[in-house]
Amino acid sequence: MLNPLPWFIAGPLIAVIMFLLLRLGKTFGMSSNLRTICTMSGAGRFSTFFKTNWRENMWSLVVLIGVVFGGIFAFQVLKVESPQINEDVVNQLKAYGFDSVNSSYLPTELFSLDQILTLKGFALILIAGFLVGFGARYAGGCTSGHAIMGLSNLQRPSLFAVIGFFVGGLIMVHLIFPLIF
Amino acid sequence: MKKYIAFFIVGFLFGILLIVSEVASWFRIYEMFQFKSFHMYGVIGSAVLVGFALVQLVKRKELKTFDGSSITIKPKEKGITNYLIGGTIFGLGWALAGACPGPMYALLGSGFVSIFVLLFGALLGTFVYGVLKSKLPH
Repeated sequence: MLNPLPWFIAGPLIAVIMFLLLRLGKTFGMSSNLRTICTMSGAGRFSTFFKTNWRENMWSLVVLIGVVFGGIFAFQVLKVESPQINEDVVNQLKAYGFDSVNSSYLPTELFSLDQILTLKGFALILIAGFLVGFGARYAGGCTSGHAIMGLSNLQRPSLFAVIGFFVGGLIMVHLIFPLIF
Repeated sequence: MKKYIAFFIVGFLFGILLIVSEVASWFRIYEMFQFKSFHMYGVIGSAVLVGFALVQLVKRKELKTFDGSSITIKPKEKGITNYLIGGTIFGLGWALAGACPGPMYALLGSGFVSIFVLLFGALLGTFVYGVLKSKLPH
């Protein structure tokens, strides 16, 4: 019922989130939590990269927990509806066999329980997550830390990272999807 | 404690925002990489523009944190290779998963169990990066 929130409201509000974090003495970045969780799970035994004091990042884990609850609230209380996307893209996805387009928030052809219980379905999701985690740490940040925080602060490294994000995304969608779907 | 409540609320609002703006939807990410909709570009673009203005405000007015200390934004470490290669690997995953880390956490509330597998993959990727870090070009 609320969605889609128009871009000209959503974008500025994301900037306000970043601003609030600055006023709370922190910078915006979501992927560093993954490192913190690895550290908490004892990854320091395998690499000094994880020998950090995770308690210093406690604030960020609290933000993460907030995000989780925000997501639960959006889905369960606000009852978000399925995104309605561009018609050409709908037809293209249907040709790939993605019939859940316009009737589900995420494609059931990738994320349903049936799919995750198949070898291909499980592997695709695990690899997707792996690439996000590996790439985010290699690049020193993700969409929030580089695209929003870094670009807002005119950081050249963030521009390189964001160029990479798009190059990778375009390769996946245009060159690799035709091979796997 | 008060500070943690503030962090929780900021996260909570961000989580709602990610879902209702649909930037956490796989379909929106796909549509973006097909250049068939302005939505995602509008969200990211306006976030950067307003973000830039707010960062300038912080710097020029020397705004303080809520508890009165000065605000410093640590510059990113110099480099090209790790940003381009790491960024490209991230982009491959972003398009396949249809979600980056923030949306992944928010999607836990969607009821799709697969998101746990996705997050486990992300943790595994982070772990493997940490182990291989010294052997990778930066």
